[in-house]
Amino acid sequence: MITLTHFLVVSACIFCIGLYTVLAKRNAIMILVGIELMINAAILNFVAFSKYDKINYGGQVFALFAIVLAAASVAVGLAIILNVYRHYKTINPDNITDLRD
Amino acid sequence: MNLEVFLFYAFAVLAIGSSLLVVSLKNTARALFLFFITLFAMAGLFLFALADFVAITQIMVYVGGVLILMIFAFMLSNKELLADLQHISGSFISMPSWQSLLLAIGFFTVILLGLKEWNNDMPEWIMSNIKSGDIISPTDNNIHQLGIKFMTQYVLPFEVISIFLLMALIGAAHLSRKEDTQ
Repeated sequence: MITLTHFLVVSACIFCIGLYTVLAKRNAIMILVGIELMINAAILNFVAFSKYDKINYGGQVFALFAIVLAAASVAVGLAIILNVYRHYKTINPDNITDLRD
Repeated sequence: MNLEVFLFYAFAVLAIGSSLLVVSLKNTARALFLFFITLFAMAGLFLFALADFVAITQIMVYVGGVLILMIFAFMLSNKELLADLQHISGSFISMPSWQSLLLAIGFFTVILLGLKEWNNDMPEWIMSNIKSGDIISPTDNNIHQLGIKFMTQYVLPFEVISIFLLMALIGAAHLSRKEDTQ
């Protein structure tokens, strides 16, 4: 029998891997991948709790909203990354040091 | 050990293992393609929580949209990609930076300790729903119920999120346009 704890442990693992990616990587696209991993772990938690909520379906509805938010953030983030690359010729966040032109 | 538990563990190992590989690979192109497997395995895990519509949406939005966008952005922002792919460098796996590793493991420990404490007593609403039988069962028609909920109970968040998505897409198109040169 698969209990709630199984889902929570798996999502904790995925969340911490995403956290490590965000902190350790030197590439803006990989940092975005790490954020996506963390959002996915959160969605897994929503969905796992939603199994016990047949009246409201709150978890599943909010999981769908979270997927839409993640897609929007990726679209804007990648546009910003492409602009930064055009300007600085690098996407390593450590090298992007000045705000003005 | 029945088939359901075995499949759950298989998907969990696939998700965690492939995301570990995504983190540790040096080549960004390989890592992005491995991210496909992570997202598919996560969709499989959603199925075990009886959320079939969320799993399908995950595959459609993430694998069909987000990941393709990421690969596009990566190829547009990295001129050494082809050279990178052609000769495989000696070190296949990048060295972990120990500060972030320490922070991630510490965070994981905190979450697990909290989970261990929490496990002794489930929340009250879960207990009452189990008692009254309001649990999603595998034979329920989830998509039908979700459609009704979206158009009645959650209609305000639904409209807000659609406006938000439109704003984000217009913003992204505005950001990535070509600059005028006059």
